[in-house]
Amino acid sequence: MTGSRGRRILLGAAAPVGALVFSLLITSLLLIATGHSPFEAFGAMASAFERVRVILGTINQTAVFYLSAVAVAIGFKMNLFNIGVDGQYRLAAMMSAVVAGAAFMDSLPSFLRIAITLLVAMVVGASWAGVAALLKVTRGVSEVISTIMLNAIATFLIAYLLTPQMLAVLEGNNISTPKITEGGQLPVFQFEGSTTPLYSGVFLAVIVGVIYALVLSRTVFGFSLKATGMSETAAIASGISVKKMIVSAMLLSGAVAGLVGMPELLNGSAASYSLNFPTGIGFTGIAIALLGRNHPVGMIFSALLWAALDSSANALQGVGVPRELVTIMQGVIVLSVVVAYEFVRRYRLVLEARDVARALAARNPQEATL
Amino acid sequence: MGMGTESEVAVPLPRYRLQSNLRPVMWLAIAAAGIAVVSLVRIWTGADNLDSSGAIQAAITAAVPIALAGLSGLWSERAGVVNIGIEGMMILGTFGAGYAGYQWGPWAGVFFGVVCGLLGGLLHALVTVTVGVDHIISGVAINILAPGLALYLSRLVFTDAPGGGQRQSPPVADVGRITLPLISDWLGEIEAKGWFFVSDLAGIVRGFCTNLSLLSVLAAVLIALSGWVLWRTRLGLRLRSVGEAPYAAESLGVNVYWYKYIAVMISGGLAGLAGAFLVVGLKFQDGQTGGRGFIGLAAMIFGNWRPGGMAMGAGLFGYTDGVQQYDSSGSAMHAFLILVAITLIVVAILQYRAGHPVVAAVAAVIAALCLWWFSATDELPQQLVKAAPYAITLLVMALASQNLRMPKADGLIYRKGGS
Repeated sequence: MTGSRGRRILLGAAAPVGALVFSLLITSLLLIATGHSPFEAFGAMASAFERVRVILGTINQTAVFYLSAVAVAIGFKMNLFNIGVDGQYRLAAMMSAVVAGAAFMDSLPSFLRIAITLLVAMVVGASWAGVAALLKVTRGVSEVISTIMLNAIATFLIAYLLTPQMLAVLEGNNISTPKITEGGQLPVFQFEGSTTPLYSGVFLAVIVGVIYALVLSRTVFGFSLKATGMSETAAIASGISVKKMIVSAMLLSGAVAGLVGMPELLNGSAASYSLNFPTGIGFTGIAIALLGRNHPVGMIFSALLWAALDSSANALQGVGVPRELVTIMQGVIVLSVVVAYEFVRRYRLVLEARDVARALAARNPQEATL
Repeated sequence: MGMGTESEVAVPLPRYRLQSNLRPVMWLAIAAAGIAVVSLVRIWTGADNLDSSGAIQAAITAAVPIALAGLSGLWSERAGVVNIGIEGMMILGTFGAGYAGYQWGPWAGVFFGVVCGLLGGLLHALVTVTVGVDHIISGVAINILAPGLALYLSRLVFTDAPGGGQRQSPPVADVGRITLPLISDWLGEIEAKGWFFVSDLAGIVRGFCTNLSLLSVLAAVLIALSGWVLWRTRLGLRLRSVGEAPYAAESLGVNVYWYKYIAVMISGGLAGLAGAFLVVGLKFQDGQTGGRGFIGLAAMIFGNWRPGGMAMGAGLFGYTDGVQQYDSSGSAMHAFLILVAITLIVVAILQYRAGHPVVAAVAAVIAALCLWWFSATDELPQQLVKAAPYAITLLVMALASQNLRMPKADGLIYRKGGS
């Protein structure tokens, strides 16, 4: 089909842009209804980016969100819904924080310490996801339900382990895992005029993104992943073991989920896991994967948008608007983007049918008059 | 899986009749045996709060919102729409109940809570039924949207209200509570004697007829009513047919969209009611729902997408939650481990006789672990007790998945005139 590539890109961009505009519209209405000026509110949000600190924070946050989105997208590619990224990354961050902060690590070289920390995080994330995979292939339990349960179990398991009797230490009033000493952390890049540094964890996200893109487009595994997602029966017919694919996709998804907490843990100033550790990033990852259509590049943009919205939320309080306006915007964006994608999908079908009709008509001009 | 369905198809009549004939007597016998076992465990361990009237009251208070959330999921999923947005709809309900409740009284709060939940349900129906977006995605989005909206409005509305704050509403009065005057005291005397079986029965019954919220009564009525409507009326039959085989229903002239809308909106309303239950007698608080929407979903699965089973699941989960909060000594939950172990042993025997030796073995091993845990500790860590509902649901899904059957077209997207 000639000229369809340009049209495809245009149609692909129409949905997210439309969703963003729609969410601005809805939140504007909400602002007016609650007695605020939309211009003032959005102006305050935009002016937040005049500070270097906010820009750097946005980039750091983008990396974290992107990792989470990739974890979700690996499952999505074969119609597996890993809602459990949230529990997986929190449990992985906590366990790897315990290992990274353990006393025996002090004697090891820095490179090895970080490698061990990342490995532990990936293994813990993969194992927690593996429970869901195991239940799915052996007992037919829907991964949606099992990962919801595993998320909750992870929450309470962390609360249980994060006590001074178990794995945590008490410093003043704060309970956290033992602080990771300097050699166990990744370097950060300081910038002039900013208290927030640039996290080297950003490179972790870049590496994961590149691997994700290569695996999808250049490997048999990536092909099998996509094929199984598109048609399970066709995949079976071509010799792909669906059960094996489910297990490996879930384990990979969990392993990447395990990395989600790493930029914060290895670059963050706290250098430990405590109850203040960011939560809910797994669900953000779902939203970002949806917005970016599981595409390695698309998800960069959606992660950036999400992070930018989050970073500008504090500025809202300066003009007397609750910061949750941003959450509402994000919720509206996800809902409207999935609706828009559905409309675009149907519109595409109509266009394709029209293209086919036109091509046929060009071949037999007599029938075209019908 | 194959075995179960085969026998159902081959000889449906005798099995069905057997069940319906034996049911009331069987249930009474099982309940009596259950109470006897609980009583023995109570006497042996001295954990009076295992079934004291106070513990039962706490369990009821904890179980009702879970049951309402489960009922919410039941309505929606019976019509084939998966609703994991229950948590979000509950949050909308808590805000509505807080907003109306502190100004115009608790019943207005209940009404507004239901309306707010219903609006959430309407949104879910619009996105999943009319547009045809994946149900899980819509649910996740609602779970992102709802807490943001509730907290945004809370900061605007409650901050300057008397007794309110940024993240909480002013206090909301309680709805009426029922205590049967003489009977309650009389049962209390019997309970205090500590007799085998009789005192336990008295404690349980007293828990139900002392300080019982009218909303709990309403919830019980709604569960029974839902069971009747869904399984005994024309509306229910059609609604369930939409969840089982929408295209077959369509070919018989059923307006599938319409029934899905009704079901999802009722689901939203019930989730709103579940939220309102948390607020009434207390106040709206940010984060108040605490994942109860998901526990409700778990209760529904535990109960095999049926109201009776769902209520049992909610009762069990509410029990672990309520009793551990009520019993500060921690001995009740500790003794509860023995009950779990006994239940698992029974499950193991039943599963072994039904020809599932692996499942039976797993159940037996977990039972042994529970007993070991009981003997090795004096008290259960409360964080792990809170995880119990989720762990139990996972266990049920893993061990009894051959007996669980969700509506056939649950979660599938229906397009009118499709295949």
